[in-house]
Amino acid sequence: MDEPLNLVLFSGTDDKLQAAAVLTAGAAALGKPVNIFLQYWALDAFRADRIASDHGLAPEAGTAGREAVDALAAAGQSRWADTLRQAKELGGVDIEACSLSMDLLHIDQGDLDPLVDGVEGVTAFYLAAGDGHVVFI
Amino acid sequence: MPVLEITQRIDARGLSCPMPIVKTAQAIRLLEPGSAIELLATDAGSVKDVAAWCRTTGNILVEQTSDGAVYRFVIRRK
Repeated sequence: MDEPLNLVLFSGTDDKLQAAAVLTAGAAALGKPVNIFLQYWALDAFRADRIASDHGLAPEAGTAGREAVDALAAAGQSRWADTLRQAKELGGVDIEACSLSMDLLHIDQGDLDPLVDGVEGVTAFYLAAGDGHVVFI
Repeated sequence: MPVLEITQRIDARGLSCPMPIVKTAQAIRLLEPGSAIELLATDAGSVKDVAAWCRTTGNILVEQTSDGAVYRFVIRRK
């Protein structure tokens, strides 16, 4: 259980971010460290002024998927950002922005939600990842 | 055998995975070793999740019952 779970978040839609938040919270509850590396559209979703916005769903969700996701939200499912906040309260969760994606999207660290701990490059991510699995979402 | 005292109850009914486990993990850290919590959940995945969480963290699943759609767990902190 000591090897960290390492998530590379690329997609910025609410369903994929929700799935990533669930994996993160589950690992944190088990005491497993989690390293999250935010790239591209996932990083964009962590902008402080957009994190609470509707980020849409993956194309395969379709209309029925949209309805199912809305129904779960109406039933009280936590939003992904709230799930990540709770996971961080448990400890061991580090969320880093990819520096290349910061340049690509013209984002400064001050633009990001406080959930994001810092900015790093891919080498630092791999160093933190150690021998743990790397999952790309 | 002394009666196990439940010092905290967690009502996670209506919460979806993984919130029942997250709430349990948050709560158990604040307990004295040996004391227990009762968890109520409606997430069907919680049956296997709570057992797996206990096995991994070393906390003890003392009791597990279900009343229709509600699952009840008693967990003692290691």
